[in-house]
Amino acid sequence: MASWGEASQSRLIGKRIVRLSGKEKVTGEAKYTYDINRPGMLYGRILRAEVPHATVTEIDLTDAEEMPGVQAVIPLIEVGRKIRYQGQEIAAVAAETDDIAKDALRVIYLELEELPFVATEADAMAEGAPQIRDWEGNRSNPSKGEQGDIEAGFAEAAVTVEATYHTPVQTHVCLETHGHVVEWADEQNLTVWASTQAVFGVRNDLARRLELPANQVRVITEHMGGGFGSKFSPGVEGLTAAQLSRMTERPVKLMLTRKAEHLVAGNRPSMTQHVKAGATRDGRLIAYDMRGYGTGGTGGGAGFTGPYVYHVPNIRTERTNIAVNAGSQRAMRAPGHPQGAFAMDSLMDELAEQLGMNPLEFRRLNDESEVRQAQYTLGAQEIGWHKRNSVAGSGTGIKKRGMGVGSGQWGGGGGANTQARVNINADGTVEAITGTQDIGTGIRTAIAIIVAEEFGLTTEDIIVKIGDSAPGLPSGGSGGSQTTASVAPVIKTAAAKAKQKLFEHVAPLLQAPIDDLRIGTGTIYVASDRTKTVTWHQATGLLGQETISEGGEWDRELRQGGVAGTQFAEVEVDTQTGHVKILKIVAVQDCGLAINRLTTESQINGGVIMGIGQTLLEERIMDPMTGRMLNANLEDYKVPGTYEIPEIKSIVFDTHRKVTGVGEPPCIPTLGAIANAVYNAIGVRIRELPITPDKVLNALAEKA
Amino acid sequence: MDKFSYVNATSLKQVTSLLSDSRWGEVMVIAGGTDLLAELKEYIETPKTLVNLKTLPGMDSIKADANGLTIGALTTVSDIAMHPTIQQHYSVLSQAAASVATPQIRNVGTLGGNLCQRPRCWYYRDETVNCFKKGGDMCYAVDGLNKYHAIFGDGPVYIVHPSDIAPALIALNASLKIVGPEGDKTVKVEEFFTLPAANLIRENILQPNEIVVEVQVPTPNPNTKSFYLKAREKGAPDFALSSVAAVFEMTGKTCQRANVVLGGVAPAPWRSPEAETVLTGKTINESLSMNAGEEAVKNAQPLTDNEYKVTLTQNLISRAAMMAIS
Repeated sequence: MASWGEASQSRLIGKRIVRLSGKEKVTGEAKYTYDINRPGMLYGRILRAEVPHATVTEIDLTDAEEMPGVQAVIPLIEVGRKIRYQGQEIAAVAAETDDIAKDALRVIYLELEELPFVATEADAMAEGAPQIRDWEGNRSNPSKGEQGDIEAGFAEAAVTVEATYHTPVQTHVCLETHGHVVEWADEQNLTVWASTQAVFGVRNDLARRLELPANQVRVITEHMGGGFGSKFSPGVEGLTAAQLSRMTERPVKLMLTRKAEHLVAGNRPSMTQHVKAGATRDGRLIAYDMRGYGTGGTGGGAGFTGPYVYHVPNIRTERTNIAVNAGSQRAMRAPGHPQGAFAMDSLMDELAEQLGMNPLEFRRLNDESEVRQAQYTLGAQEIGWHKRNSVAGSGTGIKKRGMGVGSGQWGGGGGANTQARVNINADGTVEAITGTQDIGTGIRTAIAIIVAEEFGLTTEDIIVKIGDSAPGLPSGGSGGSQTTASVAPVIKTAAAKAKQKLFEHVAPLLQAPIDDLRIGTGTIYVASDRTKTVTWHQATGLLGQETISEGGEWDRELRQGGVAGTQFAEVEVDTQTGHVKILKIVAVQDCGLAINRLTTESQINGGVIMGIGQTLLEERIMDPMTGRMLNANLEDYKVPGTYEIPEIKSIVFDTHRKVTGVGEPPCIPTLGAIANAVYNAIGVRIRELPITPDKVLNALAEKA
Repeated sequence: MDKFSYVNATSLKQVTSLLSDSRWGEVMVIAGGTDLLAELKEYIETPKTLVNLKTLPGMDSIKADANGLTIGALTTVSDIAMHPTIQQHYSVLSQAAASVATPQIRNVGTLGGNLCQRPRCWYYRDETVNCFKKGGDMCYAVDGLNKYHAIFGDGPVYIVHPSDIAPALIALNASLKIVGPEGDKTVKVEEFFTLPAANLIRENILQPNEIVVEVQVPTPNPNTKSFYLKAREKGAPDFALSSVAAVFEMTGKTCQRANVVLGGVAPAPWRSPEAETVLTGKTINESLSMNAGEEAVKNAQPLTDNEYKVTLTQNLISRAAMMAIS
């Protein structure tokens, strides 16, 4: 049976290995799509709607077409069609310079008949609100769930809590905005540099839309600056770039502006949950009744979890999508989970308080995950849980401290979506090739580690060729925390097969049977007689004109899905300014076998930081007056900076030696942990994110 | 941004003459550009000509002597923040400067630019919104979203003045020198700023052909304690939700004189005579400091979303007063 071997036998796997290309990224040498410039390249720009709801009555592109330096102008909406959100595409230009492209957009003549709009959930659900899509009252049919007997459950409950929890729309804020550089070699062959999470997804999508054979579209993503679920398809902007390039027979670069990135490149939808839940006197969750709604934009977005993680026997749920005139949701790092976890973990603490129980003990009683049970113990030790206020808000002084806990779960077991090759050349060089992409998770380094471990080499010895569809070795999109668990088993089995092939060449020389050969550090030796040895280069020298090139299989035994995580937060709340300072986060994250402990810790850090942003700062602010997003920038849409990032104790909680993805789960438990810590500090619960100074001060004023 | 021509200034006379030949906004001056460039990119301003002041000699230095400070308008915000004499004797000013934006912005942003920067209001900064400040007929913040807007100043425009340095200078009784075609004049920094009732569009008394060239700060009394407290949502970069520049002349725990100036709460830096009256001549203790905060916000008029600023401002003033005796 295939296995990753014993930890004690691993030279590289599970160790802390510096990221390949880390230096290039820090020095600016790494080329992102944004950095790609081609000879004769034009700059593409998209004119976007500035109103939330309107009918297009006239478009005239003439002035833009006649502007010197403009090479192509295309409409992206027809007269008579509706604009349904700010930022919707109207027309696109390609010009000799980016400045000319910008100027050209401003002379496109557009006539609109503005329509009444709804900017917020409240507006959408208000009596007499304009209906903006085929949903009566801007509400979808609710999706309902029922389990057990809700009435009987409440009859058994000794305590109940009724509360409403809300999280606003969060945008992805990819540091590199969406975009492409496209170049046609001829009418049938297209090369695309794409900032994408799915090299092959973009290839296939563009080929289909442009009616080209898939193998005549090449997609390259050497480095990319963040996707978080929003970059699986070429989108309108990718297709538009390809069309502009085809028309002009020139390469075209078209990257979204920061404003467009906020408006149209996806978001994590909002959540509002009205929950009533009950627990028995001995601390068992017994009933959970939830009605909730959410929106990302015109497409709704009530995909949040609830109940979450903890076991409840009697459940009734109802979720409704709400439509507003705003850009639509896309998958965002653990879709549905962080917001659901915030509500559930807040609810757990409220129930525990009703019961007079320590919230951690209450969780232990209702959590069926053995992994998380162990994590509770470890995390509590690390944060110093015994020091928390036994009565919320009982600390003295202006700045009050508190602690909280939250939990999460995820899958991340990968899938059979990857083909790869491992090549050994006669000169001793090694290549690992597959069509996956490194979206920041460190898969490039993980591949090198696996191959280097198998061959007794170092990660620098392995040439990892990823982020390119040209070799014709497809891999899946990087979503669902699936990349490592999808790719690693294939690389491992390919490397193992290549090693066997090399052993076949070495065996006669060392006069030993193949199964007596072992890999040393840069050597191959005979297990039964360690004096018999050749160096790696001596061994590969035997290949002559041959190159070993082996493919691999997705061996299910090498990976496993399902992770549990828990986080503890300690905060300090300034009761005079309402400012929440996070002092420490302890993140205990189950992840199976960490191929690279260092980048796994980085993943956890990144998840926690994203969770901090969602808890304390981030919110798409929609203006009911104008229907516009008021903070489509990085001034008023605030993301965490150095001052917001506390000490993060990332604990890679090894539970088995099978690979499991960990990209998404660490951003889940952060919200509830912080929110509960704030309550523990000040004794007032804030049920609406983000927890900004205004909410804290208003809550403290209400309490007083 | 729209096309403009760019002129390197050779003399103040040339600058004021270029400005005199134009209407508001046609010819504009640029120094660090950290605010103006954003306005150009968003088409909030569309000048035909930009005059680069950074080529003017001798306007970027700090002179500290027995009479006080003389700071050229082209001095960078970081030079003010890092200046040893300012850190030692004018701490409210160094603290205010250090709280501005980010190191990169402080390294290029200038004193003159900081004082003359335009509002951050999200309606004002939106090209498609034609509000009072752009010649329109309403302030969108009144019925719109106004979490970051003014609680003082009586409207009808509810922007807040974004400068951190201005409240500190006012609290230090500073003056500034303005040069125009007819020569120069010196005014108190406090009198430099105007409220919307006096001028809907501009935030200060500058005429279209005038520029700020220098700030003078008198030497504070040796028994002075001064602080700049800035509350914000994000550590950096972020503008003040509310800020307090406080300068106290102390004898032991008794406050002989108090200057309390608020930022982030009114369309101009907002002096609080109410807080100053409570504190002046009194021995500071917790209840007096609280009283100073309460009095200061007595006449606040919050909008729908910014009631919290009243509490926040009150608390910051109390905190500043308590710092004077700690």
